[in-house]
Amino acid sequence: MPNRTFFWFILPTLTTMILFIALPIVSVFIQSLHIEHEQVILVSESCDPFGCTETTSVDTEATEKLRREQPLGRFNGLGTYINRSHLAFEEVREAWGATDTMGAFFSRILNLPFYKALAFTLTYTFVVTPFVLVLGLAIAVGINNLPKLVKGPTIFVSLLPMIVTPLVGSLILFWMVDGDGIIGATLQRIYDDNALSLKASPALTWIMLIVYGVWHILPFSFIVFYAGLQTVPRETLESAMIDGATKWQRIIHVIVPHLMPIVIFVTLILLMDNFRVFEPIVGFSAEAHAQSLSWIIFKDLRESANPLYSSAGATSMMTILGVAILLTPVLIRTWRDFRRRSP
Amino acid sequence: MSLRNLVIAGAVTGLMGSAAWADCGPSGQSIRILASDFPAIHAVAGTAEAMCAGAAAEFTRNHTTEAREIMNAALTPNPAEYTSVIVANSTLTQLMNDGLVRPLNDYVEKYGAHLEPHQMITIDGNVMAVAFMANSQHLFSRSDILEKAGVSGIPSTYEEVLAAAEKIRAAGIMEHPLVMNMKVGWNVGEVFNMIYLAHGGEFFQPGSAAPAINNEKAIAALSIMRSLAEYAHPDHLTQASNETQGLWEAGQAALGIMWGSRGGVILDDEGSSEEVTSNTVLSGAPTVAGGSIPAATLWWDGITIATNVGDAEAEATFAALVSAMTPEMVAEHNDDAVWLIDGFKPGPAAAGVAATATGGAMSYPMIPYIGLMHNALGAELVDFLKGAEGAEQAIADVEAAYVTAAKEAGFLN
Repeated sequence: MPNRTFFWFILPTLTTMILFIALPIVSVFIQSLHIEHEQVILVSESCDPFGCTETTSVDTEATEKLRREQPLGRFNGLGTYINRSHLAFEEVREAWGATDTMGAFFSRILNLPFYKALAFTLTYTFVVTPFVLVLGLAIAVGINNLPKLVKGPTIFVSLLPMIVTPLVGSLILFWMVDGDGIIGATLQRIYDDNALSLKASPALTWIMLIVYGVWHILPFSFIVFYAGLQTVPRETLESAMIDGATKWQRIIHVIVPHLMPIVIFVTLILLMDNFRVFEPIVGFSAEAHAQSLSWIIFKDLRESANPLYSSAGATSMMTILGVAILLTPVLIRTWRDFRRRSP
Repeated sequence: MSLRNLVIAGAVTGLMGSAAWADCGPSGQSIRILASDFPAIHAVAGTAEAMCAGAAAEFTRNHTTEAREIMNAALTPNPAEYTSVIVANSTLTQLMNDGLVRPLNDYVEKYGAHLEPHQMITIDGNVMAVAFMANSQHLFSRSDILEKAGVSGIPSTYEEVLAAAEKIRAAGIMEHPLVMNMKVGWNVGEVFNMIYLAHGGEFFQPGSAAPAINNEKAIAALSIMRSLAEYAHPDHLTQASNETQGLWEAGQAALGIMWGSRGGVILDDEGSSEEVTSNTVLSGAPTVAGGSIPAATLWWDGITIATNVGDAEAEATFAALVSAMTPEMVAEHNDDAVWLIDGFKPGPAAAGVAATATGGAMSYPMIPYIGLMHNALGAELVDFLKGAEGAEQAIADVEAAYVTAAKEAGFLN
């Protein structure tokens, strides 16, 4: 295709991508480099139905004047990125100097909000992704071998977890694992322990979130693999059979290599999705035991009366960076395969 | 909800009808109200609508539990989306930080002859809001269970609450007799606030945004919280008002620290058994460590008027809303809230809040940066409550988290 034609072909896509993807990211990045103006504080007296107290208030006029002079706020460089709420360079250095063992060092690091969230986010990503890949393939192969009559209904039922909205799905499960819910009460009965609670223990909460994550995203990998299975060439399979390959050997040596590009695609999507885990934490009210990077952004924007835009911006940028780092090995592999195939 | 509004508005109109006459201020104006969503607020805004919608060109009410999240954005443009927001202590600060509400002194003079002086929320001499109801967390007790466990009388200090909880556990009646709103985030931060204030603690150094929580009072407050958590439902870190109310109504708790505004709902004949409702006693928030201040923060709900609207609209909105603050409205909705308006007859559902207020509990501080402190407390105390770190470390974490946020928000350098 001549370069000129290619340019006109790609122009609409490129324009929308710049407008709706690149520019917002740039704007978030610029925001993350700035912090709020200095607030001019006045000492004042406030009275309410219960009495009067001395208090402080914001001098809105003076603050507004500062705001007008510099609409973006004060330039802070990468200050927000390295403060305690994020990479916490100073705290990390301090912890390094003050601790003797790696264990003590890590326990101090995991007390910092960003690293605490990163720990859960990475664990979730690296446990859920392989499970979903393997189970998805297994279900796809299983369903592919079903008789035609039950295939359709089985596919439909297998897709259900994906159809349910993540927040709703997690809320339903949250109520089921409650001490009065069907799962929670059954577990209490099995272990004969009335105080057993899936919500009170950090380990059980992590397991619950991970199981929910696998359950929720499984249909995606299953349906993509199932579609891929329809393209496996019959001839190759048949010749493998003639060579005496067992069912298992056919899966490992014929089907999986054939599906490899799809496996890479699904891995990419899963890594991205799982790294941004958010809804289950809100749905399960699991903030006490598990926090993710996306949840920190949510907290910065919502929990306090003053939304911390630069904190949220900084965490967003680092989430994007994290996704990029996770995807690099997979992308490099794809690029190598591509080069090998087209000399 | 709209059906409910219709019923309320209908009832009010039927009651007052042509008999009542209200001064609705300039006519033909647009009145647009943003408010949270609970019965007392419906009563005030609904009565205002019944009284003054006729004189106004437009009267709209948006009742949403998300009011706090949208109010600043909604009032920032000129003209603002709403002419009035119904706020509480913390949300008034949130609006005032951005200068989005106007002083009401002139309107109060013109339309507020029937208002009580204690309803005025004044900051530096300017009336910024007119309060109509009070709320606070306080003690709920099941008198029958206390009696069965051999506890005499209703506990009045946290030490007595803990002793009573231990007796109930020892008697084998309940393993976890206590319910508290300890959900991670705002709720658990609020529990700390209550107990810390009862120890006589201060959040900030006077006149500045520098934190002042790293002291023995905070450590003492945390140790009380840890002791309470021992007797609280195992899932307490996921429980807020709806969950604690549910446990109470299901008869699974004997002692509770819950909001006064839940009192009416718990005592009514819906959602619970006769055994629970007839034995539930509401009393003032307990004191702690030999102090005399009830461990609670007092809250009010009141009306404000937006800065960025026309003067005639502002005046009409104020006139309409205060026209609802009458003894007749209170008589109609007596048990919906602890009213600060003339004519209120405190019933059993109001006993807890009334006792807490007269006991001298502190108001929730109206300080511009209290939201950041509350947020830091809500996030950083959890590790301590889980037993993963010590009290000193938890307080140090809160301080560090607050300082980081306050620097970003421009309150500290």
